[in-house]
Amino acid sequence: MTEPAHRRLGMTDDEYDAVVAILERPPEPAELAMYSVMWSEHCSYKSSRAWLGRFPTAAPWVVVGPGENAGVVDLGDGWLAALRIESHNHPSFVEPYQGAATGVGGILRDIFTMGTRPIAVWDPIRFGPLDEPKNRYLMKGVVAGIAGYGNAVGVPTLGGEIEFADCYSHNPLVNVMALGLLRREQLVLSAASGEGNVAVLLGAATGRDGIGGASILASASFDEASGAKRPSVQIGDPFEEKKLIEACLELYARGLVVGIQDLGAAGISCATSECAAAGGMGMDVDLDDVPLREADMTPGEILMSESQERMLAIVAPEDVDEVLALADKWEIEAAAIGTVTHGGALRVVHDGALVAELPAASLSEEAPLYRRPSQQPGGLEAAWAAAPPLPEHVDVGDALRSLLDDPAIGDRSWIYEQYDHQLFLNTVVEPGHDGSLLRIKGTHKGLAVSTDGDSWRCRLDPRRGGARIIWEAALNVAVTGARPYAVVDNLNFGNPEKPAVMWQFRETVEGMSEACEALGIPVVGGNVSFYNETDGVDIHPTPVVGLLGFCDPMPEQPPRLDRAKEGMGIWLLGPEDRGDFAASAYARTVLGIATGRPADADPDMGSAVVHRTIELAGWCPVLHDVSLGGVAVAVAEMCISSGVGARLEVDDWRDLLNESPHRVIAVLPDRGDPNDVVPIRRIGTVGGDTIDFGEYGSIPLGEAAAIWRDALPRRLG
Amino acid sequence: MTIAVVVFPGTNCEHDVVHAMRVLGADAELVWHRDDDLAGAAGVILPGGFAHGDYLRTGAIARFSPIMSEVRRLAETGAPVLGICNGFQVLCEAGLLTGALVANRDLRFICRPVHVRVESTDSVLTAAAQVGAVLRIPLNSYEGNYVAPPEELAALEAAGEVVLRYSDTSGAIDEAHNPNGSTNNIAGITNAASNVAGLMPHPERAVERILGSADGRVLLESFVASVRTPVRT
Repeated sequence: MTEPAHRRLGMTDDEYDAVVAILERPPEPAELAMYSVMWSEHCSYKSSRAWLGRFPTAAPWVVVGPGENAGVVDLGDGWLAALRIESHNHPSFVEPYQGAATGVGGILRDIFTMGTRPIAVWDPIRFGPLDEPKNRYLMKGVVAGIAGYGNAVGVPTLGGEIEFADCYSHNPLVNVMALGLLRREQLVLSAASGEGNVAVLLGAATGRDGIGGASILASASFDEASGAKRPSVQIGDPFEEKKLIEACLELYARGLVVGIQDLGAAGISCATSECAAAGGMGMDVDLDDVPLREADMTPGEILMSESQERMLAIVAPEDVDEVLALADKWEIEAAAIGTVTHGGALRVVHDGALVAELPAASLSEEAPLYRRPSQQPGGLEAAWAAAPPLPEHVDVGDALRSLLDDPAIGDRSWIYEQYDHQLFLNTVVEPGHDGSLLRIKGTHKGLAVSTDGDSWRCRLDPRRGGARIIWEAALNVAVTGARPYAVVDNLNFGNPEKPAVMWQFRETVEGMSEACEALGIPVVGGNVSFYNETDGVDIHPTPVVGLLGFCDPMPEQPPRLDRAKEGMGIWLLGPEDRGDFAASAYARTVLGIATGRPADADPDMGSAVVHRTIELAGWCPVLHDVSLGGVAVAVAEMCISSGVGARLEVDDWRDLLNESPHRVIAVLPDRGDPNDVVPIRRIGTVGGDTIDFGEYGSIPLGEAAAIWRDALPRRLG
Repeated sequence: MTIAVVVFPGTNCEHDVVHAMRVLGADAELVWHRDDDLAGAAGVILPGGFAHGDYLRTGAIARFSPIMSEVRRLAETGAPVLGICNGFQVLCEAGLLTGALVANRDLRFICRPVHVRVESTDSVLTAAAQVGAVLRIPLNSYEGNYVAPPEELAALEAAGEVVLRYSDTSGAIDEAHNPNGSTNNIAGITNAASNVAGLMPHPERAVERILGSADGRVLLESFVASVRTPVRT
């Protein structure tokens, strides 16, 4: 018995029947190919759509919300920012360099599709423990791929974040966020309006690479044989993309584009149908006009190919010659492959014969919608009850020797120094700080971005964990002086057909939504990556947030980690709470225990701390969010960056290592901070050449710095 | 007088160089690599990036672009010509400067500020600087490792055509402060006529204090001044 074609393409029998019902006949092979990719989990969000409506998406400054290629927010005075986040998880496991590289390429197209040049990229990445050679290979390959593509395409990479856990050994996570800056009049949308307008395919020729990337790689679980899926990984060419960016920007500047869409997942199928459906139109497409790398490609292959560095521009017929000439200037291929029509039908011709005729909107709007069952995983309450047993006394100096060597805490310059993070002359606070800060030239405005995830806490309590990554990201932009402004989220989860995974997903969405509502910030876009499961083992629930902060004016001297000086007071802003050790770095790294229940966020306190932090950023030399490793690690990072020690005075070692939320280290030169609505207390003084915790031990600054700096190099070489 | 900033496909620092020139009060204009007329330009900058994708070898394809014969002609008249990073690689490949840039010692891309010591003021890049001054300027390259055949290297050193070397903050030159393995810590050089110069670090990334350093100013100001008061040979 051979398997029916639709199952080989990752489609269920019910979904196949739905296609037959739409067409009122069995689909032709090319049609089946198109439905199989467009209705894949990756493209259709069929398991997540029902719940994503929970996110708050409205705010007066939202110009474009979820659904377009990127979210867009208003920065005043005619300035807009476009932001977007995506994942390239499975391709990066199969082929780390190309998987990561093409993830960067794809997110950039999402931004310049909106009419502007991407100005920065961030890369949150996750791997298995680095003592396994395979994980070192994956991490080196992913970092090299991001660097190789991002640097050459000419968009700076301003940071990211990193975690390590066993569950990522067979399913690393590679997320990528991009930011664009534009004037309001530059904004371009994807809709193909105007009967008779011409669809021009720009950029690289179409080949057999990446066929089924969305459906086969991104929407299915993995097993031992996944290496055989390598042909489904696309190959990136940053030089081609660079030329494509410049060509598109010149097309926009000359007013030659009616609508535009990038070719990502599902290639020509997706771009033509989405352009047509967005404009309430149809399209006639002739595949014989598509420039091909291999002459004998079938219509299904041409339609599904995910060859990189391609865009579909909708242009008026009289402008076609000018568009082709401009493509020639930038040395990219261009071909008119279709015509916008009335009536909503997408008709595809190959070798002179009609190979597909279907309602364009049916590929997106009639995609399946699943409300999959969800159930709290067994054993969770037992894990909550098992709080880490804490010793009476801890030598915090010794604890730091372990914590600073944790590759998720140690110096990440091994990673970000491989990325060009300065291009465009906007980078005011560079990677290595809580949030990166960019100026907008010619204004007093600044944009801050933080990407955050915390899979260890989300694993124990996805609702609290989901809320807390929003609160942490908010503080990370606040320490630069920016107020939280908009969010994009990348929801990385296991197999949604398992009720426990769906429960994690729904809880996460709820927790993130509650935090966004408390902060009054909209979610303007996102991505869901399901089926992060290998051999039946799901990853931790791993929501990753990209939070945009905005300040106007930007502080003249934004706080930095390297501005602490001898004699300055060290203060702790935020609630007095010393009990939060569940999934803390201390409990995991030193005690080897990852159970307990993480503390819940406190929305009132959280908002007050964020607002107070933004005020302090106007004059404080150092502000540093307290996260992994608690106050001890936060102070150590500041001391190492500033090249000076510190003496802390606390009456309980737990004050130094717990990770309760909403806390910031503030260094204040020679003055206290009177009459505060937010608790703030002095915990020490900058100075000397050791980090001294009094009765809780100490560590020489030089030793701390050496351990911290070597955490990644000693593992990666 | 205008400074031409040459754009190859794949160049990406052209707008940054124009911005830096504007901060310094100089006029700069982008020129496309297929153009073959630099008649209006008093000086030329080849900015950083990945000309033609750096395919084959850095600068190997760019040297054949039509604009390069004009750059050569202008250089021969004594006009100031500066190559930054990829532009330095192109000038070496085109034979306007000695040596070549190969992959970094550690085979990794390096983006971070480095310190360079000024070795000579006899160039359009360093005329306004002080010998021995230490500048903090961002480096951003994969192929930044300067090499040259022994006899050319000896001639270069003997003629005082090395204008910048990687150093520590005090100006000491040693292997520990050589970020990429460059021979003799060479970060920047000039030609015999002192009007063509190239360097791997990016001075245009260090003209405003808000971005971390303004130490690149003295280099670009040297170049702008030499454009305004050309010494024709």
